[in-house]
Amino acid sequence: MNETRLRFEVVVVGAGPAGLAAACAAAENGCRTALVDDTPWLGGQIWRGQQAHPANPKAARWVERFRRAKASLLDQCTVLGPADRRTLLAEHPDGPRQIEWERLILAAGARELFLPFPGWTLPGNFGPGGLQSLAKHGWPVAGKRIVLAGSGPLLLAVGGGLRKMGASIVSINEQAPLSRLISFATGLLAWPAKLAQAARLKWTLRGTPFRCGVWPVGAEGGEQLRAVTLSDGRRQWMEACDLLACGFGLVPNVELPLALGCQLDDEFVRVDPWQASSVAGVYAAGELTGIGGADAALVEGEIAGLAASGKEEAARRLMARRAAWRRFGADLGAAFALREEVARLAAAETVVCRCEDVRFDRMKSFAGWRDAKLQTRCGMGSCQGRVCGAAARVLFGWGMESVRPPVLPARVESLCADFLTDQSPVRK
Amino acid sequence: MSQSFDIIIVGAGIVGAACAAECAAAGLKTLVLDRGIVGGGTTAAGMGHIVAMDDSEAQFALTEYSRRLWLQLRDQLSADVEYELCGTLWVAADDAEMAEARRKEKYYTERKARVEILDGHGLRRAEPNLRPGLAGGLRVLDDSVVYPPCAARFLMDKALRHGAEFRAGAAVRALLPDGGVEMADGSRIGAGRSVNATGPWSPELMPGLPVRKRKGHLVITDRYPGFVHHQIVELGYLKSAHSVSKDSVAFNIQPRQTGQMLIGSSRQFDAEGAEVDHEILSRMLARAMEYLPSLGKLSATRVWTGHRAATPDKLPLIGPSLAHNRIWLASGHEGLGITTSLGTGRLLADLVLGRNTEIPAQPYAPARFADGSVANG
Amino acid sequence: MADQIQLRVNGKTVSVTAGTVVAAAVAQAGQTRFRRSVQGEARGPLCGMGICMECRVTINGQAHGRSCQTLCQEAMEVRTDE
Repeated sequence: MNETRLRFEVVVVGAGPAGLAAACAAAENGCRTALVDDTPWLGGQIWRGQQAHPANPKAARWVERFRRAKASLLDQCTVLGPADRRTLLAEHPDGPRQIEWERLILAAGARELFLPFPGWTLPGNFGPGGLQSLAKHGWPVAGKRIVLAGSGPLLLAVGGGLRKMGASIVSINEQAPLSRLISFATGLLAWPAKLAQAARLKWTLRGTPFRCGVWPVGAEGGEQLRAVTLSDGRRQWMEACDLLACGFGLVPNVELPLALGCQLDDEFVRVDPWQASSVAGVYAAGELTGIGGADAALVEGEIAGLAASGKEEAARRLMARRAAWRRFGADLGAAFALREEVARLAAAETVVCRCEDVRFDRMKSFAGWRDAKLQTRCGMGSCQGRVCGAAARVLFGWGMESVRPPVLPARVESLCADFLTDQSPVRK
Repeated sequence: MSQSFDIIIVGAGIVGAACAAECAAAGLKTLVLDRGIVGGGTTAAGMGHIVAMDDSEAQFALTEYSRRLWLQLRDQLSADVEYELCGTLWVAADDAEMAEARRKEKYYTERKARVEILDGHGLRRAEPNLRPGLAGGLRVLDDSVVYPPCAARFLMDKALRHGAEFRAGAAVRALLPDGGVEMADGSRIGAGRSVNATGPWSPELMPGLPVRKRKGHLVITDRYPGFVHHQIVELGYLKSAHSVSKDSVAFNIQPRQTGQMLIGSSRQFDAEGAEVDHEILSRMLARAMEYLPSLGKLSATRVWTGHRAATPDKLPLIGPSLAHNRIWLASGHEGLGITTSLGTGRLLADLVLGRNTEIPAQPYAPARFADGSVANG
Repeated sequence: MADQIQLRVNGKTVSVTAGTVVAAAVAQAGQTRFRRSVQGEARGPLCGMGICMECRVTINGQAHGRSCQTLCQEAMEVRTDE
């Protein structure tokens, strides 16, 4: 892929379940389609590693279907933002790319929500999904003692996966109370596949303590994590470990949609029944439009891909299935809703913005996100507030504001791509 | 309506904050109003270069005076203002620009500003990442850099310590002939005098004011300490910055105390929106890479835009407006507002109090546009 | 593609399987601290998906590379703490 300027009818951003399904649907219906992803892998975060070592049959089926669909794959291609109304600016290790689209499907997925507590910046702290991804790509976990904490179904799934890789899972600690999880589990009876999945996980994780209503209040260690302190609201105790995988659910990656001008509802991209956003020709699918998991993402992606190919009737036939998965997502969200205590774990001196080392008490002294940003640089470091901005929403109730390009840090030369292609020699 | 303040300053950018600090320190009962936050407008978008500029005698007088005030303030500045006496390096690409460097050297030296000429080798030693083959340059020693939002906050805090009052999120609808202001909600606040310090938005309160928005783009990089040591500006910048009509770009890079670098600059009229213009951005960065070839591989974390308040003669508006002697101006600082904020604040307070000014204030008087070509006030 | 890739982490040779990311190679080399924060604190990878920037290292002389998103390549030079 050495061309710098590329043109497609349909461009899909993000190669997770939603993006794969969207790209398949568009390409199978005759659209010249490209699937763009930041990583060298297909499958997004949830199915990461499927390409090389297929373990999940559903993921393997979709990867195979994508191969047959003859869409172009632009991997290791980081989308930086819009260059103009119909062109994305992107960066590949070999140089800048400009990707023209007629219809654009955004499937940028979600990241994990991290909430600051004393010690959360020590090396050895990971997001559960993050540790799983790293482990799939060679991070040594065999023989390591790992505590999982935070919230969401990912904790169990990751715990099971890590154990299969030889890790010793010390405990799994879910902040949501048992009562809520029981009612959610009862609801699962309507979802035999999910129930079977849960049962398999339970078997893999036999012997590992799984606690509800427990959350981390501190991580100990000098320059490396050694132990984590947990609480159930009445008492606190410490558990020795090598790694802590802690995340409090998912946050949609709405930076690119915002840069394109898409309107949000609360924190998610607003879409119509065809997955179309408020911007003409731009669709969104998957976690960007609501946290619902891989199955919701697949059906949303397929609807978006069909709609973008003019196949409304076929898309319409999938809407009932989408409604069901969205209900499942809503139940999931309610079951794992965050308790108030986890928004109050940071101590005065706890770093909230990791890029600029801005501490809780300093941030707290400002009236809003923009004032705090300008005066302390919180949220203005390399991650552009992806970690602390999401945390500040929970900690202080501060809303997101508009994003600044590029969507991810980029080489300076990548930002002058138009010039490089339009006018030959740059050097005098 | 009772008169509750001596002076109301509208706009809490660095110019408004500097005016407030001087007025409050002189004992005036001062109120600052801003529809947003301290330093959230043009101040937040600016580079923060404290620089002596010689486009005109009046420009040199105000920038040099202000630079002196910054030097005097230096030891009191809080650490987050990040005052760094890095100097400016004006780069000459060829012999023609070298001649310009020598003209500048003479001009600054005659006015007792410290400068030194560098030849090609001297330039390479001073900034090894500049491309080989440049003719040389001029180093201006007492120029410096600050982080503008914290500098504005520092000045506002100084005003508050002297008894000034500040209201954020307070939008003003009109400046009243009696010196008071009318708020967006219709309420009124009385004062002996008001000051329009709303920069590029000044004409909203004074239709017809000869202030135009001039858009600029900036890029900030990740941390690369020591990549450049001075604020480096191409001498071609003068052509770019001084052309008052066309869109232009020029190489201008600034090392921050954090190790980050700010890359500029661009100038565009009639571009009201905040969106990034990729063509201008591309030209701007390509220009920077001509001078610093290895810059291209460094990581850029953010691009943003802002609007300067440009006047026809590139000088600010400081003093009473034409229409009403109780409605004053501290606006139109174009790209030099961070530098000239301190000089503006001091001049404005001196004029309000009838004190002698240290430099002649006449060149900045809004009355200079009284020729009928532009309505005012 | 060779099954094993040799690269150097802070001068130390590490052999990893193909498909290993640079962050994992750094961990395999026994290095837990990837960088110093602006106030000097030890930091390592957090998100594992290229957004938190805590895993930044110098790769082949280029500072601020996202080690969790970069695949190891033969003879790569990786330095932490820069």
